[in-house]
Amino acid sequence: MDETAQIENFERRIAAGESIEPKDWMPERFRKQLTRMISQHAHSEIVGMLPEGAWITRAPTLRRKITLLAKVQDEGGHGLYLYCAAETLGADRSELIDQLLAGKAKYSSIFNYPTLSWADIGVIGWFVDGAAIVNQTMLAKASYGPYSRAMIRICKEENFHKKQGFEIVATLAAGTPAQHAMVQDAVNRWWWPSLMMFGPHDADSPNSAELKRWGIKRRSNDELRQRFVDMTVPQAQAVNLTLPDPELRYNAATDQWHFGEINWEEFHRVINGDGPCNKERLQARRDAHENGRWVREAAEAYAAKQQRMQAA
Amino acid sequence: MNADLFNFVAGLADDRLVLGHRLSEWCGHAPILEEDIALANIALDLIGQAQNFLKLAGDIEGAGRNEDQLAYFRDPAQFLNLQLVEQPNGDFAFTIARQAIFDCWSVYLLEALSSSSHQELAALCVRAAKEDRYHWKHSSTWVQRLGDGTAESHQRMQSAFDALWSFTPELFQATAAQQKLVAAGLIPNLSSLESQWRKAMNELLEMATLKVPTVGAAAGRPARSQHTAHLAPMLSEMQGLARAFPGAAW
Repeated sequence: MDETAQIENFERRIAAGESIEPKDWMPERFRKQLTRMISQHAHSEIVGMLPEGAWITRAPTLRRKITLLAKVQDEGGHGLYLYCAAETLGADRSELIDQLLAGKAKYSSIFNYPTLSWADIGVIGWFVDGAAIVNQTMLAKASYGPYSRAMIRICKEENFHKKQGFEIVATLAAGTPAQHAMVQDAVNRWWWPSLMMFGPHDADSPNSAELKRWGIKRRSNDELRQRFVDMTVPQAQAVNLTLPDPELRYNAATDQWHFGEINWEEFHRVINGDGPCNKERLQARRDAHENGRWVREAAEAYAAKQQRMQAA
Repeated sequence: MNADLFNFVAGLADDRLVLGHRLSEWCGHAPILEEDIALANIALDLIGQAQNFLKLAGDIEGAGRNEDQLAYFRDPAQFLNLQLVEQPNGDFAFTIARQAIFDCWSVYLLEALSSSSHQELAALCVRAAKEDRYHWKHSSTWVQRLGDGTAESHQRMQSAFDALWSFTPELFQATAAQQKLVAAGLIPNLSSLESQWRKAMNELLEMATLKVPTVGAAAGRPARSQHTAHLAPMLSEMQGLARAFPGAAW
């Protein structure tokens, strides 16, 4: 089969809703785009361990400490699982990590914002995991089998995280005036960055059309963002918290919540490395990598010795 | 007897809470992702055990203090943990040496306590021993890898054991509370722990091509009666938020 025929066959399979598996033929461009997406997703999980991890040692009760630690551990597990999915496309985990540490690979820019209070832990679960679920529920239907299966599994855990986050938020919102103020402040800081998680407007999203044609993305950034807003506004109302958008209003004609324009200047600034914590996050990952080098070398040397002994 | 039992059980809890806290500090900063996950897992087990032991201690005390009040509203001087577990993480070898020393001891201790005539205590120890056997497998495997890995890892592993060995006599020094509980038949005699532990550690260190550090004498003070300078800052981080909002629900 020549390449044109292969591509036609490939696109026909996708149009028919078939799932593409690691051994199937796929266009190089498809492989590249997926590797980029899956590895960015894996990096996001790993970098995402940092802002929340910073509160494990300070959680206000043992139960909260245990659930937060378990959540951050889950994120590590998701990262591992996603790196494995990327490896089914021929990528190498250590090379992907090198790209992250070199600042060449992207990760979700939401993790470049600081966690300033305990309420941030609740709001991250509610907004950030909530937004991730909206995005990943779509990706769970992606055309590439290993990615889609990873998303199904990850989504289940994220749903749990979101519930825990919202429970923290609801508890604080119903707590003392100081606790209510703490959680309102966290909502004010995380709302807009959470909306930015869905990426640029459809018209400004360079990869969207191709990703849609290949069944990787099935909904546009703006559609997903709207879904998230429509889902979250009633939840905020239920716990007496205000979302920091004066333009927010219900549109009966569309049955949707109209919201104001995102600050795209901030979006691009943070994505391009100049957010409040970009340097700190990357440095933490680099330090862990550098400080752990001798451990990885020792583990390899030990494994090689054991292998030689078994062979002898 | 209640005060003695409270002190003994709170000691079991505090060892695990403090060590679990130390391990949780690695989360997101470990040498490989698999270890971020493994150390978090062990920390989760230990903090979970601490939660159960503190709850039991609160019940024994009967003064209405629950596990959170005991964890968050006691001062450093009231904590009854071993000095070993409050030592800061250091490098990965230091964390692993601290963990191996503790895990090996903890497995023998919890197995012995599983036959306590105090049924709730015995039941918690049966459950915790099961978890700690996995922890011991994890830490002892790393001692072997690092001890018998590269020259650098060998040297780091040896230095870690050398530095931590002086904290090991406290593991086997019976507190006054413990002695009274043994005399009352509530917990078994724990005098064979030291020889069991020493034998297992010697075997491990030999397999890992490491030297067994020379045994220091026990410090001239009762066990679990004094802390190093590292506990207070750790607790002020752990307890700060809870104490800033006394009476608040979270």
